[in-house]
Amino acid sequence: MRQVAIYGKGGIGKSTTTQNLTAGLGEMGKQIMIVGCDPKADSTRLILGGLAQETVLDTLREEGEDIDLELILKQGYAKIRCVESGGPEPGVGCAGRGIITSINLLEQLGAYTDDLDYVFYDVLGDVVCGGFAMPIREGKAQEIYIVASGEMMALYAANNISKGIQKYANSGGVRLGGIICNSRKVDGEAELVSAFAKELGSQMIHFVPRDNVVQRAEINKKTVIDYDPTANQADEYRALARKIDGNDMFVIPKPMKQERLEELLTEHGILDL
Amino acid sequence: MEVLDRVLDQYNSKVYKNRKEHMVKVNQHGSNEIAANVRTIPGIITQRGCCYAGCKGVVLGPIKDAFIITHGPIGCAFYSWGTRRHKAKNEEGVANYLQYCFSTDLQEPDIVFGGEKKLKKSIEEAMELFKPSTIMICSTCPVGLIGDDIHAVAKWAEKEYGIKCIAFSCEGYKGVSQSAGHHIANNQLVRYVIGEGDRQISNKFAINLLGEYNIGGDGWETERLLKRIGYEIVSTFTGNSSMEDISNAHKANLSLVQCHRSINYIAELIETKYGIPWMKVNFIGIEGTIETLRNVARYFNDPELTARTEAVIADELDAVREDLAYYRSKLKGKTAAIYVGGSRAHHYQFLLEDLGVHTILAGYEFGHREEYEGREVLPFIKPDADSKNIESITVEPDPAKYHLYLSEEDLNKLREEKLIDYYGGMVKDMKDGSYMVDDLNHFETEEFLKLLKPDIFFSGIKDKYVAQKGGVLSRQLHSYDYSGPYSCFRGAVNFARDITMGIYTPAWSYAMAPWKTVPSLEGELGGEAVC
Repeated sequence: MRQVAIYGKGGIGKSTTTQNLTAGLGEMGKQIMIVGCDPKADSTRLILGGLAQETVLDTLREEGEDIDLELILKQGYAKIRCVESGGPEPGVGCAGRGIITSINLLEQLGAYTDDLDYVFYDVLGDVVCGGFAMPIREGKAQEIYIVASGEMMALYAANNISKGIQKYANSGGVRLGGIICNSRKVDGEAELVSAFAKELGSQMIHFVPRDNVVQRAEINKKTVIDYDPTANQADEYRALARKIDGNDMFVIPKPMKQERLEELLTEHGILDL
Repeated sequence: MEVLDRVLDQYNSKVYKNRKEHMVKVNQHGSNEIAANVRTIPGIITQRGCCYAGCKGVVLGPIKDAFIITHGPIGCAFYSWGTRRHKAKNEEGVANYLQYCFSTDLQEPDIVFGGEKKLKKSIEEAMELFKPSTIMICSTCPVGLIGDDIHAVAKWAEKEYGIKCIAFSCEGYKGVSQSAGHHIANNQLVRYVIGEGDRQISNKFAINLLGEYNIGGDGWETERLLKRIGYEIVSTFTGNSSMEDISNAHKANLSLVQCHRSINYIAELIETKYGIPWMKVNFIGIEGTIETLRNVARYFNDPELTARTEAVIADELDAVREDLAYYRSKLKGKTAAIYVGGSRAHHYQFLLEDLGVHTILAGYEFGHREEYEGREVLPFIKPDADSKNIESITVEPDPAKYHLYLSEEDLNKLREEKLIDYYGGMVKDMKDGSYMVDDLNHFETEEFLKLLKPDIFFSGIKDKYVAQKGGVLSRQLHSYDYSGPYSCFRGAVNFARDITMGIYTPAWSYAMAPWKTVPSLEGELGGEAVC
């Protein structure tokens, strides 16, 4: 079983990428579980066709300790199993603690079965506190992919997340598998993200071009492969799935100092004034 | 080697450097500067408490009709339930919640989703079951981390039920000791309670008794004595007091401050806002009590009151003279070490001296430098990040309620004489060659007991059994070990009796620890050493 965590700046397309990518893996016949680690609980709607998933934490709150796995684990496209951790509304409570609680509960309930090829964790935003680092601590996820674009703030965030990975690399054994470039159509984007990934000691595992079919599929509550299997973009996600399935480059990232990151951005024309 | 060096020598250089500043061998011709109110080094077994303990446990806990809800997981509430022996009598028309323990009992889902809803629910339940007129909310550590807005909930409760509801953000991790909690409690009482009462006070000898928590009934004994002389106690902070008492504190003509550390903020803020000066007093010990009574009479400057003061002193003294002489004959020449509080380690030295017991070591858990060295060091204390982190409030004179008993000129004279608005600290009352140790830890306690061999070690529940089971008499000065009162004349006899009983019943010194006679490990030498 490969446990994979997807991190990246808020709004970069982690959930979209994760679901489209897992659809590709599912098409290849892989057994997959997605664990959404975002209080908004919107990490699995494309796989489940818009089904509002009962979250682990809500169920825990309402049912007490006695919970059936079926209540919180639903199967969607390509038999992908979907779980939403859930969490508090913005501004109250502790979402990080919620993720810790819900992953522990999933383990106890036996959600991690031997037949699984992949478990994907779709994690909210940056690594903000201990709870959000949960999937990469304690050997939960062994590999991480960071979704980024050629935009400055996305790379800042990716560099920060690399610091988190570096911190837990020794204790938890977690490694960076690569950067997924989710294109924003920035000039020289592929080169910049490649150079950035190389500087970290990693790779840009795939360049996912920008395509409006993704939006159309989302409106229809589907992944691209499900919505339009013949679209070019569907092939891009299949390619990403194949690359991840065959990936053998797992590194402890070497995050950059602020100055070096800015230098890199200047070299590639982003910070030109 | 010097005693302090022998204790310090066992530390590594970093700890040595830190702890050295917290130890002073008293020399009345030297500076006696001591480090206090700073962080304890992590890993050291300190006896200090937390911010919540200082706020809820010390200052608010004794208010009998305040319905205090500990907002947090159950442990903090349970372990602060009824352990401090602050007593209160039932009063007609005043609720008494001291025997209860209220908590929101936060569970994991409450931490994840926020605890405000449960807090509101608790308040609803409280209103349904008890209908309190005042609710206080004290938050513990996790509440600060998840950011529950307890102040908004308090406002909601006031509006919803028309009661008084005050929130205290006294999460345990704030500050370096329980001292931070005293400050937070003081601030809110000044903001929301003091000044609201409208009790009619006809007696001009009207006083507040600040920093008296009625442990073991101390406050009752002090009040009895003061009333006998002719004083009216407007409020006691906060032993055996009601919210109504506290709300009328602005009506007094003088505030007496017993425990300086826990209540000095209120004493000063009351003076600024309402014009009532404060006087540091001490009702522990015969000589201390007599001096205090004379000082208070001097402030009020009334011949009849002064005469009555002397008559009462003579009468009270007569009643205890014989007993005290007996106990003194049994205790004379004994030595004591005291480690307690932020004022008590000072007060009890007077009472011990009355009994012929010499204090060879004294220290505070949470005192600041002024409790050791006197308020004259205040301008020289540099606030650090920890102290700046605790809110410090300022007040303006209240034009309607500001009143002066003495003229500004007379007040200034008394200030010059250091009779009011002043506390000289403990060091001036200690003998050359005795020791002051701040934030005394477990290791140092054991070492000092071995080196100084005091006959009695006064401390609290955390460290008393180390001494006691080692054969050194140990009495708790936080809770009085189920005894008391110890204040004023009659209290002194109780104290002397308890100490004499202990000294002459040295049961633990006859007990031998099993590992001292039977080996706990057995083995034999195998072969010849190769070294």
